[in-house]
Amino acid sequence: MTVHPILAALRRHKAGVTLITLQIALTLAIVCNAVFIIGQRVERVNRPTGMDERNLFLIEQEWIGAPSADDPASIEKLDAMQRSDLATLRNLPDVESVATISSLPLLNSSWTGGVGLKPDQQHGTANAAYYFGDNQMLKTLGLHLIAGRNFAAGEISHRGSRGTGEPPIAIVTKALADKLFPNDSALGKTVYLDGGATPTTIIGVVARMQIPATGRWGNSFAWNSVLQPVRLDASYTRTALRAKPGRLNAAMREARKALFDANPMRVMENQPDIGIGIFPFSEIRARAYRADIGMAILMGVICVILLAVTGAGIVGLTSFWVGQRHKQIGIRRALGATRRDILRYFQTENLMIAGAGVVLGAILAVGLNLWMMQQFAMDRMSLLYVFTGVIALLALGQLAVLAPALRAAAVPPVEATRSV
Amino acid sequence: MFGYYLNLALRSLKRNPALTALMILTIAFGVAASMTTWSVFRAVSGDPIPWKSSKLFVPQIDNWGPAGHGPKDTSNEPPDAMDYTDAVALMRAHRATYQSAMYQIGAPVLPQNPGQHPITAIGEAVYGEFFPMLDVPFKYGSGWSAADDEHRAQVAVISSHLNDKAFGGGDSVGKTLNIDGHEYRVVGVLGDWNPQPQFYDVVNTGGFSAGGGNLFVPFNTAIATNMINNGNTNCVDTPKEAGFVGLQKSECVWIAFMVQLDDAAAAQRYKQFLDNYTAEQQQAGRFNWPPNNRLRDLMAWMDYEHVVPPDTRISLYVALGLLLVCLVNTTGLLLAKFLRRSSEIGVRRALGASRREIYTQFLIEAGMVGLAGGALGLVLTGFGIAGIGWVLPRDIAALAHLDVSLLITTLVVAIVATMLAGLYPALRAAAVQPAWQLKSN
Repeated sequence: MTVHPILAALRRHKAGVTLITLQIALTLAIVCNAVFIIGQRVERVNRPTGMDERNLFLIEQEWIGAPSADDPASIEKLDAMQRSDLATLRNLPDVESVATISSLPLLNSSWTGGVGLKPDQQHGTANAAYYFGDNQMLKTLGLHLIAGRNFAAGEISHRGSRGTGEPPIAIVTKALADKLFPNDSALGKTVYLDGGATPTTIIGVVARMQIPATGRWGNSFAWNSVLQPVRLDASYTRTALRAKPGRLNAAMREARKALFDANPMRVMENQPDIGIGIFPFSEIRARAYRADIGMAILMGVICVILLAVTGAGIVGLTSFWVGQRHKQIGIRRALGATRRDILRYFQTENLMIAGAGVVLGAILAVGLNLWMMQQFAMDRMSLLYVFTGVIALLALGQLAVLAPALRAAAVPPVEATRSV
Repeated sequence: MFGYYLNLALRSLKRNPALTALMILTIAFGVAASMTTWSVFRAVSGDPIPWKSSKLFVPQIDNWGPAGHGPKDTSNEPPDAMDYTDAVALMRAHRATYQSAMYQIGAPVLPQNPGQHPITAIGEAVYGEFFPMLDVPFKYGSGWSAADDEHRAQVAVISSHLNDKAFGGGDSVGKTLNIDGHEYRVVGVLGDWNPQPQFYDVVNTGGFSAGGGNLFVPFNTAIATNMINNGNTNCVDTPKEAGFVGLQKSECVWIAFMVQLDDAAAAQRYKQFLDNYTAEQQQAGRFNWPPNNRLRDLMAWMDYEHVVPPDTRISLYVALGLLLVCLVNTTGLLLAKFLRRSSEIGVRRALGASRREIYTQFLIEAGMVGLAGGALGLVLTGFGIAGIGWVLPRDIAALAHLDVSLLITTLVVAIVATMLAGLYPALRAAAVQPAWQLKSN
């Protein structure tokens, strides 16, 4: 089939052709970028924290009337209160393990600093999040130690949460170890935390542990975590617990009751807005990624509407053209064109319009992505998205044109002899 | 004539119900998507205190100097919060109409009813001037005086929400409330006031937080009773001393500051005062860099702090893109529909209808599609706003609501957009040559 008659026909509908081409182009540009956003969010939400998240839960509570952790006596008092709570929790039948910890991945409450290779370094070699806790952290969170050893019980120190000082030993994530010592094992090496002068020796490396922050500001060091063998004392505490398999709800109930029984003067009723309560990790995860999942759904809904509108638009416009050319189709049929020829005609016509549309759309899609990179610090879109979008829109065009084209093919040759 | 055109339009629309339905649906979806995202955007980007925002300013002092910027950071912006030393100095200088240093607090509160578990109230430690500066409405009582600030009085202003929780509602002025182990006298209960974004302390609240704004105590009292800050603390160097006192002596920034300056001249004078103050600090040897201060008004400040979440903006733009595609689609369909009736137009023109009349007739037809699309779009927008809570963070989704202005905007957008889409097709219809049409048939 030659394209010449198609071009001649299209030239008679310049406005309509231009509009549908433009529509396909815009649809492609928006859908590519929206799907790209979805892809990025899905990737973010699916990244593993490095923990075994099943059966894990967190207690965030605050004692009332507890001393502020500023003088040594009150720090000792707070530490005694914390140890007593930990002992209470460790005795519960459905609790497998308990660790005091300053934060958890995805909790969005972080303590970050620079890790340097030399003492008194103004800017750290790598940014990292600090987790302060005891020797039960690895076991309770289900972290994988890939080199070195865990903290021993005797190595855990304690201090006020606003105290200062760097610990002599620490465990780091593999990502941080590789960043600090790209050519060598980090084990036994010395680092300096927070631009200080106290050396800290790396005694262990864990495979993976995400930082607490999920915001954009943490993206550059999302896997750089440092575990410090320090129990922080304050009136506000966080405790991570691992329930025995399948006993999560029971363990959470037991923990709540046991803590209130031991000391009712504490705030522990769930107030997720302000970080108080007892929460399964699944809830912490859902809270952290709610906005991302929401954005992905919103973009998905908009894509579906867009494709539906454009698909329906093609159906509508082609139907109109078929109706308009009834007589011409009849003449062609009478002159020997087969049904298949007529079908092909409309399919080719659509392919040409959609082809022009996707070429323009691909340029627009890349342009839109560049603009978003500038405006919203978005990442560069892989051309695979554009390529997939092009194929999808060409397919959508063929699908949409099928019904009207079949109707055109069904026009009988006798139509040629009828006058309007 | 208008009635006649309406009649014609209705007949024409009824003739192709599928095409008409398609156009109405297209407009409705396009309008509903943009209006839903718009309602959220409007809620988060709006001016929280329109009658006064131009008089409210946030001073920033560069107490870090070049060390405060990483090797890749070339902005030279001072830190966005203040350290204790500078905040207290600015309060003492008292150069603005109103001013308040503030920091976020989170304190356990014991409810009056025995048997009720304690709750944590999140709020701010502020100066008494905070309340008149922000025109904070009171249901009962009022704020506290400068003397209360001076004497570190144990007084508190609570939100209606906390009043309900702690006292079961009612006029609680004069009652005592146990906050963090200390007895405070309630001097005021707020009216319906929990602005979102929490523009007075965006550095610590991040802008949107449903849980805050429930408790206000004097800044000096909070410092004196060791009520530690609940928000962000940023340091270039680790404090030399431990504890809250160590934080107060350090160059760490954790305090928000707001001033009221009534005109441009006052703002100019205040900026000069800031520069003089930092120059003095430089002379005293505390800073070894020249004054580098900022004085942004409230809206510029919120823009600088990126209070509007980027996702909200992206959603709005994408939805507007959808509306644009819907309009292009409608233009195409209207064009097809109008030109199909070329012979009818030819007859009308031959019978004496002017081009202008044809043009009006077809624009009215487009307008009717717009009206129907708008009406359906309104219903869909309602669903959209009801369902947006599933999609957006709760703090933000809760702000979106359907009101009269949104209703009207939706309808107007739908009709104007469809009329725009109809302009070109109507023009083409009006340009139909009557003789040619009549001949060809």
